[in-house]
Formats: sequence, C-alpha cells, structure tokens
Amino acid sequence: MSLHDAATLVQDGMSVGIGGSTMSRTPMAMIWELIRQQRRHLSCARSIVSTDGDLLFGSDVADEITTSWFAQGILWGLSKVMRHHVETGGKRFYEWSHMAIGMRFRAGGMGVPFLPIRSMLGSDVLRQRPEAKTFECPFTGETLLLVPALNPDVALIHVQRCDPYGNAQIDGLQFMDIDLAMAADRVILTTERIVSNEQIRRAPDQTKIPFFCVDAVVEVPFGAAPHECFGVYEPMMRHMEAYVAKVNADPVEGMRDYLARHVYEPGSWTDFLSLIGLDELLEASNRGRSIYND
Amino acid sequence: MTDVPHCTAAEMLAILSARQLADGQVVFAGVGIPLLAATLAQRLRCPGLTILFEGGVIGAFVEPGKLPPSTNDQRCTKRANMVLGSADVLLLLQRGYVDVGFMGGAQIDQYGNLNSSFIGDPAAPRTRLPGTGGGNDISSLTNMIVAMKHERRRFVKAVDFITSPGFIRGNRTRAESGLPAGGMFRVITELAVFGFDDESRRMKVLALNPGVSREQVQDNTGFELIFDDPLSMTAPPTDHELGTLRHLDPERLFTA
Repeated sequence: MSLHDAATLVQDGMSVGIGGSTMSRTPMAMIWELIRQQRRHLSCARSIVSTDGDLLFGSDVADEITTSWFAQGILWGLSKVMRHHVETGGKRFYEWSHMAIGMRFRAGGMGVPFLPIRSMLGSDVLRQRPEAKTFECPFTGETLLLVPALNPDVALIHVQRCDPYGNAQIDGLQFMDIDLAMAADRVILTTERIVSNEQIRRAPDQTKIPFFCVDAVVEVPFGAAPHECFGVYEPMMRHMEAYVAKVNADPVEGMRDYLARHVYEPGSWTDFLSLIGLDELLEASNRGRSIYND
Repeated sequence: MTDVPHCTAAEMLAILSARQLADGQVVFAGVGIPLLAATLAQRLRCPGLTILFEGGVIGAFVEPGKLPPSTNDQRCTKRANMVLGSADVLLLLQRGYVDVGFMGGAQIDQYGNLNSSFIGDPAAPRTRLPGTGGGNDISSLTNMIVAMKHERRRFVKAVDFITSPGFIRGNRTRAESGLPAGGMFRVITELAVFGFDDESRRMKVLALNPGVSREQVQDNTGFELIFDDPLSMTAPPTDHELGTLRHLDPERLFTA
C-alpha cells in the first residue's frame, strides 16, 4: 500500500497511538503524510514525544497529546512549540507517568478496562488526572491506582522489517509497541523493508507483532527520519538542530516555514529525504549500523 | 591541601553523584548527568553496577564519546545484558529490583518533591515544562538521588506542582499517600550534598563541597536548611575522576 492510501485509514477526530519513543522508531513518514492530507482533531498518545509532537500541534493535525514527556530532546531544553500551543490554551497536553502510559496500553492490549499501579500516588500528576482512580486492594488493603485502558482507534508503528501480511520484526528497543499493536483497533505499519513470509518464519522468535493485528503495511525506507531506527540509522542531528533552532526562535512562523519547505513542498518522502541530504543520511546509517560492531 | 582541579559545575555534579553509587547496585538512571555519573561510577570503581534505562535496557555499558541523546536511543543498549519493553523495565522498580533511582531536577522543595511540569498555576501555567517521563515512577518506587543546579529559584519551600514525589509534606505523608517504598535519599549540587532528616523529612546538608561555606548554601536556598552536626567537607574531584569523566564526554554534551 502507498503512504497516501494507508493514511486514509486515519480519519478526522480519531484517537491515534504512536509507536517508538522520543527520537526512536518514530513513524515520521506516516505523521508527515497525515500533515500533508490535513487531517484534523486527532487525539494522540505516545510514551514520550519529541519533534513529532511539535509537528502534530504545529500543523494543527492533533488537538491533544497524551504522553509522559514532551520536548524536542534534553539537549535542547523546552519545546517552544509545545509551550506556545499549550500555554495559549489552543492544545492540550495530558500528562501521565511513563509507566502509567505503558500500563494503559497494556490494559488495552489485555482486553481489560484498567490495571493497578503503585506510582503517581501522592503527586499532583494524579490530581490532574481524575480519570485515574485510587482504590483499596480487596486482598491486602493497600492503596493502589487504577489506570484506564487505552485502546486507540488506530496505531502508527514503524519497524525494521515485516512481511506483506504484517508479521513484524523489531530489532532493539521495542518500547510499548507490542502492547500498542494489541490495544489499537487498527494498525498501520511502516517498515524499512518488506520481506517474505518465508523469511519471517525462519526466525519467528524475532516477530513481535502478529499479522492479524495489522491493517496496512507500507514500505518506507528511512521512514523514521530524522529520528533513528535501531541498527539502521541514528538520528540526523544536523537536521534536528536546524529544525529546533528554527521553531524555537519562532514557534509559529518558524514552524510554518519548516512545514512549507519540508512537508508540503516535497513531491514525495524521497524528496523530503533529499532535503536532509545524502551526506547526513549516510552518516546516520553508518552510525546506526555500528551498533552491531564489536 | 591538594589543588582542586578546575571543573565546571556540571562536572562537579557528575563526579560527586558517581561517588554515591556502590558496586553491585542496580541503578535506574535518567538522561544527562545521571547517565553520565552512573557510567563514570562503572568505569572508576563499580564495574558491577547494573544500569537500567527507561527505554528498556538492563546492564548498559555506554561507550566513551558515544553518549546517547536520550535514554531511548540505540546507544543505550551497547553491551547491555538485556533489552525489554519500557513498561517492563519500569515495572522492575515496582517489584523492588532497583536499589537506587537517579535523575536530574528543575525545581525541588524542602521535602525533596520535584517539579518538572508547571511553573505557575497548572490551570493557566506561566511555563509548561516537559513533564515527568519516568521520573514520577522512579521517585515513587525507589530511593532517589537527584543531581541538579543549585539556585534559589530552584530550591523553593514548596514546589508549584509535585511531579515526582519526595516526602510530600514531610513526616509520614509519603507512606500515607500510598508510597510505602523508597524516598529521597540524596541531592547533589555544585554547593553541597544533602540528605533528609529521619523524622521531619526536611532537607539536611550532609557535606559542603570544597571551598563552599554554610552561608553560601543557605543564601542560595529558598527555605531554612538543617545542617548535619558535625558537618563534613567533601573531598575535591581527583584528576583521575575528572580525566575519566572527560574521556566519557569529550564533546561536553552533558558537562558544558
């Protein structure tokens, strides 16, 4: 399926779970396509958001983002884009602890309406989240927190490889992607490469997401750029730094300019990659593959 | 008196924090100074220190000059024993496998509560900060070391918002909130090393950093500090500590 066609599974107003974490295995090509198609009023959830969160707010694609941490990366301090959209009241950032987000996806994936956890208690993070409930354990009498299941309408997940049916193999860090795939009603996979079902069957222990969860598969090399994809490429830091400098200098005009030049004007994802530049793609690939060097 | 090698405030934090860790411990480290300090401890005198990262890593050995820009990057997995899901690595805290959690802080109060969510009223914040990440989970579930810059505006009587709980309102309020395990253990700044009073749970100066006076610490703190008696003086960073640290972070990613 093409990026364009797969993106049509995401409709205005849907809840969307986003795979990967921070600058890793972000389904950036799919987010890029949703911006181009001018999707609106999405409610997104992700373990930790980086520049993907900026783009979703800055393009007006998402109204709200549920996450544990929202900035471009610790190297760059606060995200002026997030601050602008949240502080002026236009967009909502719903904060949960990282483990709470994980257990919300897990509850969703387990087919139960909630799970108990022991964090967030006593904090103001909990005070902001009336949808979480404290309760007394009927067995031990302890106070625990119940966090509600998250079952997104659709999940966007980027993987290293999968077959045409959606049997997906993930190298390195899996983050919350397995729970997310199980929890979501539909799953769109983007993948660095599509391999045969025979190849998947040679190493079934590597398969992390089974085909029956998956509704669409799109082959998009460098589909997490300018973020990283484990073992394939590291983040493209020159592009990231130029992006951060631009949008943090002016979260409205800087973002408008970035979106025009890097999202709306390119004819294809490959054209976007050309803007990052061959030098940087090759360096990022070299560093990415070096994780396998002894 | 030995000469104090010239080092930045961030380098001082990393070195003094590394000294707080012991060989054989399991430490859950956040990005920045904590990651660097845990790696430094591993290189200096704790080869058996098991470092966990919230991206889902058990037993990392980060490579010199290749510090990861977050704890979710592939560099965190180098020479690790195991990778697992992010929720699963955080659940190790809940099950009690972690000896110490280690993170940075933006704003702290006299009971060791940390704020990384809002400056001002959360309903109409002056500044929306990035949020908890795994910080709330780590500080709720294990013993915490916090490394942070010492400024009066960061050391306040009561934080605007408790993102990561310390001892809440002191005495037994942490346990009464449903957090029976863990609590704030040490705070490390460029001025001093702090612990918390066993009863009141208020912040207490345990040791002054080299060349720092009591008055200097108190003047840079927005609440009244308890001073340990007798008050000790921290030994200055050695050339070996500083040399190893600079070898790990030659680009000064986290120590500028």
